[in-house]
Amino acid sequence: MEPEAAKLIGAGLAAIALAGAGVGIGHIFGNYLAGALRNPSAAPAQFPNLLLGFALAEATGLFGLVVSLILLFVV
Amino acid sequence: MAAENGHGFDPMHQFEIQRILPLNIGGLDVSFTNSALFMVVVVAAVSLFTIASMSGRALVPGRMQSMAELSYEFVANMVRENTGTEGMKYFPFIFTLFMFILFANMLGMIPYTFTVTSHIIVTFVLAMVVFIGVTIIGFAKHGAGYLKLFVPSGVPAMLLPLLVVIEVISYLTRPISLSVRLFANMMAGHTMLKVFASFVVGLGIIGGWAPLAFMVAFTGLEILVAFLQAYVFAILSCIYLNDALHMHH
Repeated sequence: MEPEAAKLIGAGLAAIALAGAGVGIGHIFGNYLAGALRNPSAAPAQFPNLLLGFALAEATGLFGLVVSLILLFVV
Repeated sequence: MAAENGHGFDPMHQFEIQRILPLNIGGLDVSFTNSALFMVVVVAAVSLFTIASMSGRALVPGRMQSMAELSYEFVANMVRENTGTEGMKYFPFIFTLFMFILFANMLGMIPYTFTVTSHIIVTFVLAMVVFIGVTIIGFAKHGAGYLKLFVPSGVPAMLLPLLVVIEVISYLTRPISLSVRLFANMMAGHTMLKVFASFVVGLGIIGGWAPLAFMVAFTGLEILVAFLQAYVFAILSCIYLNDALHMHH
């Protein structure tokens, strides 16, 4: 295989990591919404935790994106 | 690579470091770069924001004073909730960290500016300061007892050799995850904005409106992320600080 082609395929594969981030973020917001509808009075107190969970979940996917971008532009 | 395909378009070009004042001391390249320039701008903006808005010291705050008080209260509550009153000693540090990252991220959202936090060396140094500081605080407060942080309580003795190793690794990767999170969010966001901006130009006056509308929405999301990442960096610093101060394991 051409090294260039392998690099592009590798970059594409690394970007799959974002699928996991998508699942994670959806899970967090879905569960927050479900919990907030059951007990709306407790919802505002958990909003910071929601944002924290969102950022933590998004970061794991972005690690994969960084690998992909490094393969594309640096290697 | 993208620059080679003929369009002359490179989404990574915006992250290039340029020397403004070339300077070389003892073989070390300590040039004043655009990155350094924007760090100075960020520090000046934060100082101006906090000092100028509080100079009136009105009992009923005006607009600017309200914003300064709001940001103060926001960070103060965050530190108090996560580390208790004991952690309020470290409030100035967390406030500085939060405001620096927030202003760096927000200034980076202005077109043709440079995003300081989109370089891993900058975020890694910030994370290392937090990591080393927290470790020193932990050892100063608990002595060798701080090592108990790596031994989870209520775990069967059989599992301990494995768990201690995992705890040590997770402790040591803190600065990496803290810095890569901020850097990756900033770099990925700006790269994506640039790629979609190239779609607007590429599709021209007829087809360019759809990506342009998307760009507007995406810029809003990026401003949210810019705030969120500063918040997450500060709150995780608070959580690490709480570990060192109270050792909840």
